[in-house]
Amino acid sequence: MALAQADVLAGLKEIVEEVAGIPAATVEMDKNFTDDLDVDSLSMVEVVVAAEERFGVKIPDDSVTDLVTVGDAVNFIVNASK
Amino acid sequence: MTRRRVVVTGLGATTPLGGDVSSTWAGLLAGTSGVRSLTEDWAQTIPVTFAARVAVEPSEQMERVELRRLDRSEQFGLIASREAWKDAGSPEVDKERLGVVVASGIGGVTTLLEQYDILNSKGSRLVSPHTVPMLMPNGPAANIGLELQAQAGVHTPVSACASGAEAIGYAFDMIRNNRADIVVSGGVEAACHALPMAAFAAMKALSTRNDEPARASRPYDLDRDGFVLGEGGGILVLEEYEHAKARGAKIYCEIAGQGLSSDGYHIAAPDPSGAGVQRAVKFALRDAELTTADIVHLNAHATSTPAGDVAEANALRAALGKDADHVAVSATKSMTGHLLGGAGAIESVFIVKTLQDRMAPPTINIENLDPAVTVDVVRDKPRALPAGDIAALNDSFGFGGHNVVLVFKNI
Repeated sequence: MALAQADVLAGLKEIVEEVAGIPAATVEMDKNFTDDLDVDSLSMVEVVVAAEERFGVKIPDDSVTDLVTVGDAVNFIVNASK
Repeated sequence: MTRRRVVVTGLGATTPLGGDVSSTWAGLLAGTSGVRSLTEDWAQTIPVTFAARVAVEPSEQMERVELRRLDRSEQFGLIASREAWKDAGSPEVDKERLGVVVASGIGGVTTLLEQYDILNSKGSRLVSPHTVPMLMPNGPAANIGLELQAQAGVHTPVSACASGAEAIGYAFDMIRNNRADIVVSGGVEAACHALPMAAFAAMKALSTRNDEPARASRPYDLDRDGFVLGEGGGILVLEEYEHAKARGAKIYCEIAGQGLSSDGYHIAAPDPSGAGVQRAVKFALRDAELTTADIVHLNAHATSTPAGDVAEANALRAALGKDADHVAVSATKSMTGHLLGGAGAIESVFIVKTLQDRMAPPTINIENLDPAVTVDVVRDKPRALPAGDIAALNDSFGFGGHNVVLVFKNI
């Protein structure tokens, strides 16, 4: 069953706060991980691995570079859960 | 050409006696032991069930997100360097003239071992991407350098338990050689983990006085049976004298010289002849343009091992001759345990405080002084040092036969 976008965003907010210390409230769909949220490449690896665990999806390494914004990640995870 | 002089303008520490310099120093003068039984389950699986952990956990001094990206040794380094930098007045300095030399004996060993456990139990996908920056021995120096944006060079000399002293000596040379005007220097260690402790225990290097942890570190006592592992770190801000004067900095004292030598004798045992230690003392005094008559205090390496303490004391007696009679020797590892690569650094912090207060810290736990020890040990209570110009030595030795002696003098 596909995950709801709102649930994935809520989960991702928690992960980014846990991993990178970014307040959950600032983690919005249009935010750029690098430029807006200051999530560096090492922390991005942590976010991806934590998201895979939490949502039960696979995020291949060659897809990670396409996840520029929070929305990109949310949509990828929603699609992967279908 | 006049030689560039090097002074100490800032101090920081986190140790088994306190989370900063002032609480640590108060604990030292009071003769407090920082050694306690370990509460972790793994402690019951190894022959030694106690250690000298830091008095204040890094989680009380740092933000959570910062903590999770840093090895414990790096946490100690940043905590101590922040205190030291603030103590130095957060100096405005050309970043290209700012260096960092911070050592560790073993580096991020707990990170290495914990991530290996994750690899085995959960697979490679869950190995943290922060593992390498956390386990590299230059990690503490690199993190401090990043925070301060130091660009004159960031270095990590490694010489086991002499590492911290060697780092300070390297920093001293960076300023003397005109590579930098300010260098943040020192050493850290965070190795309280089952494997390093089992390994030191396998060498018979650790005390096994499990029923009396606070009495276990007893340098110079007849019944000493090995060292007690400690953790923490110490940082000194070193600065070129004219640079410090020009900005009106508080100047604690001068680092006047250093002496380095190597034994070429054994991978772990001290050379019983003490020739290497004597050479290091001689080189250090010559470098400082002082004589044995000028030295009033020495913070000894004295780790509480049966062979090491006497070998060191004999070497010091030989190097200082009859002047050893007026050198108040303190073995502060009796209170802090042995911080390995952090030892020479916290003990240098202690020497700076000793010169400032003219008060040598005590050596605790000596119930029966080993008659083979022929130096004047400060026992039980602190001892006042004389007025006037005074100088003190810090000696540190490391497995591999590394000998480092630093000379501090008041100014």
